[in-house]
Amino acid sequence: MKISDRATDKYELVVGLEVHAQLATNSKIFSSDSASFGAGPNQNTSPVSLGLPGSLPKINRKVVEYAVKLGLATNCRINLENRFDRKNYFYADLPKGYQITQDQLPICKDGHITIRTKSGERTVRLNRIHMEEDAGKSMHDKHNSSSLIDLNRAGVPLVEIVSEPDLRSAEEAAAYLTEIRKIVRYLGICDGNMEEGSLRCDANISVRLKGAESFGNRCEVKNLNSIRNLQRAISYEYERQVKLIEAGETISQNTLNFDAASGVTSVLRSKEMAYDYRYFPEPDLQPLHLSKEWVEELLKSLPELPEQRANRYVTNYALSAYDAGLLTSEKAIADFFEKVIQHTSNFKAAANWVVGPIQSYLNEQGSDISALQVSAQSVARIISLIDEGKINFSAASQQLFPALVQNPERDITDLIAEMNLSIDTNSDELVKFIDEAISQYPDKVAEFNKGKKGVLGLFMGEVMRLSKGKIDPKTANKLVVEKLESLK
Amino acid sequence: MKDYQRLSEVRDDIQSGALNLDDLVNHYLQRIKAEAHLNAFIEVFAEEARAAAAPIQQKLLNGTAGKLAGMVIGIKDIICYKGHGIAVGSKILENYKSIYSATVVERLLAEDAIIIGRLNCDEFAMGGSNENSYFGPVKNYADNTKVPGGSSGGSAVAVQAGLCLASLGTDTGGSVRQPAAFCGVVGVKPTYGRVSRHGVVAYASSFDQVGPIANSVEDAALILEVIAGADEFDSTVSSQAVPAYSEKLKFEGKKRIAYLPEVLESAGLDPEVKAMTENAIERLRADGHTVEPISFPYLEYVVPTYYILTMAESSSNLARYDGVHYGYRSPNATDLESTYKKSRSEGFGAEVKRRIMLGTFVLSAGYYDAYYAKAQKVRNIIRSKTEEILKDHDFILLPTTPTPAFGLGEKISDPLTMYLADIFTVQASLAGIPAISIPAGNNSAGLPLGLQFITKRFGETELLAFSKYYLELFASQPVVSY
Repeated sequence: MKISDRATDKYELVVGLEVHAQLATNSKIFSSDSASFGAGPNQNTSPVSLGLPGSLPKINRKVVEYAVKLGLATNCRINLENRFDRKNYFYADLPKGYQITQDQLPICKDGHITIRTKSGERTVRLNRIHMEEDAGKSMHDKHNSSSLIDLNRAGVPLVEIVSEPDLRSAEEAAAYLTEIRKIVRYLGICDGNMEEGSLRCDANISVRLKGAESFGNRCEVKNLNSIRNLQRAISYEYERQVKLIEAGETISQNTLNFDAASGVTSVLRSKEMAYDYRYFPEPDLQPLHLSKEWVEELLKSLPELPEQRANRYVTNYALSAYDAGLLTSEKAIADFFEKVIQHTSNFKAAANWVVGPIQSYLNEQGSDISALQVSAQSVARIISLIDEGKINFSAASQQLFPALVQNPERDITDLIAEMNLSIDTNSDELVKFIDEAISQYPDKVAEFNKGKKGVLGLFMGEVMRLSKGKIDPKTANKLVVEKLESLK
Repeated sequence: MKDYQRLSEVRDDIQSGALNLDDLVNHYLQRIKAEAHLNAFIEVFAEEARAAAAPIQQKLLNGTAGKLAGMVIGIKDIICYKGHGIAVGSKILENYKSIYSATVVERLLAEDAIIIGRLNCDEFAMGGSNENSYFGPVKNYADNTKVPGGSSGGSAVAVQAGLCLASLGTDTGGSVRQPAAFCGVVGVKPTYGRVSRHGVVAYASSFDQVGPIANSVEDAALILEVIAGADEFDSTVSSQAVPAYSEKLKFEGKKRIAYLPEVLESAGLDPEVKAMTENAIERLRADGHTVEPISFPYLEYVVPTYYILTMAESSSNLARYDGVHYGYRSPNATDLESTYKKSRSEGFGAEVKRRIMLGTFVLSAGYYDAYYAKAQKVRNIIRSKTEEILKDHDFILLPTTPTPAFGLGEKISDPLTMYLADIFTVQASLAGIPAISIPAGNNSAGLPLGLQFITKRFGETELLAFSKYYLELFASQPVVSY
């Protein structure tokens, strides 16, 4: 159901995201039950998680600490006075019949983060971040006549990060979610794993005429479990809503479900069926009073965040913003880069190695940098050998590096010798390769002589092929040009 | 067997060899059987109580016993006791057993109390007559045609009728004090946050407090000092140190006491209750205290404010009884929604359903500000105005109830009249401050009347000492009837 370019020009997309991040605490938000993933059904429970009569919640301080850290990292104002509320609704995996959350006085307010996309840098405002408890899990496909309920997840701490409707494309929404994931991982407060549900996303999507002041009716799409599905759902909704408006219809303010298999949204609840959650202050918990000193201590203890780190790379190491962004996309990758540059001052080459050969190798293996056996020092040594003209980049990245991964304990110089990878300094042989390459393409030689310098690459490629990559490209380039010039 | 009124009497007789704790337990078990028609107990823990007697007797003789050794106590059927049933007076939890014990139970047992059974009460503590129990009404021992008050009706009658020495009740809007008054015993509602609510089934979380019921201020003070204090499981409990109330019962000096003229002029006030209150004022003045009228023009707002807030909280607190995880599940349920609807419709009684529905209403979008939010504001006003009176006065004196015990069935079909019977007890509940009801003689029909003292937050020490003093003052010139 494609819409015309004319319609796309006419309507602006407006998206706000609600992101739930499961906090990586040892125990649950309101009890000492383990918050770990993977225990047997209903093993991580107690009267509190089970919602038994007479049980009472007690706040886990670690949760408050993590929420404040996230608030500080996203430029929020920390509400020193905040409190919990009850959100009342019935569901089988909600044993108390209400969720303890923060409604009126959330812990963090009015923040912002910066995102980068093709169209440049933008600031996205955060409305709030609040703490709440997760619900249990209902399983409808494990038994032929009943649904089964596992309450291990009930009471696992969550923060909900609510953005303002500042996102204007699926790409921006993806960049925002990526940035949030980066931040929670840098802070070490959430593993950011969307497949396992540690990070979940709902999107509020509407469209309006470009230049319009007021927003259109929005739809909330629930449970988007990957960044790709978030983008697909937004694109689908944009087209669906524009089409309806163009056809003279109005958008119903519904809650929608996105089906990843078909890529289509469907109505989960209509506006008329929307719940009345009857929020009111949780009487079982005292309001939280945070001290200014404690918050200041947490601010001091914050690690360097991805954006700050990327800026530092651009300023201190003269890297491009693009490379700096790639390097800082994962904290572990950036940490590895910093180890490499302790042993080399060729920052640009170090960055290229980390985001280039090393990253591709890890991608191919489906593994992550923590599993890499090759030391940062070895990578720096390879860079020096290239700089010294002892080996060229392609041989180093395509042959030496994979060999080193297999034998991380081997001496690099030995490996180079054994694999016969060192640059041939024998110029007789090089001259022979050059002559052979040039003799194969007399017509290209003529073109070069007429001024078409572009054919130089063809000769270089041929020389490299003949030498099996064992020559110094700079020397070869110089000699090829000299030879061609001499043929004029 | 002697009719023991105080733990000290029990202890003395055990020490002197005149009493065996085992015999005392058996005596209470026989009394419970003999007075079974009162319907005070939902379940008697006979074997356990018998088994507990000998070791505690031995400890007493060895001098290693806890503070409550020799005390046979009953607990309201709203307090969790590991491995024991707890129904909260409701069909919805009829066959439910708790897998853990309330902090108050742990503390009673740690001090060697013997828990003899669980006591009948209004369903989920909602009621002032004990007629809302799924297990049937409790009868007043003074007159079996009268209610014992509620919601801790079983707790009050058990002490009144000598079925145990003392009991625990819970007080949300008067549920310890009002039955204590109707039954002629001592009932204490502590400061909100004085006693842990962990393991106490919630009716209205920002009001509920466990309180002792006993024949004497001494025993009530002793129980309170055992059950009170910080608890890692309840973050609404204060960490303030608990005074040894039972050792600080000596009263000295002259006090400044307020009474509220609006109370004495209130429309539903029984003339004999009024006479009892005026008599108390005169006695105290005669003994050298300053007793003066202080206007409290908010009296007409206390009942509506109390009911709006407690119904709102209870509508949420009772959501967990949904037929899914535990408790009653309707055999007629076919899917999740009908499990909720049928289990709750069939499992809850009429009064509980009324409060859930009204509580749901006052929290609903569009009505929240007009009811719940406004009631919170009024609660704050009532709290601060009451505290203001207590800045200049040590106590506020008022009757516990506007009337003596009313007839069984008399008010049950008229919830509004029933709610208005709480008019003198809910002020302390709204303010979260401590209050006590003490027996102040009988009316002409022989029904007990209760006098109430209220004081400032954490003023239990003074409150208990003064109450003991007043009971002694009263006993020096008892009133046969008003």
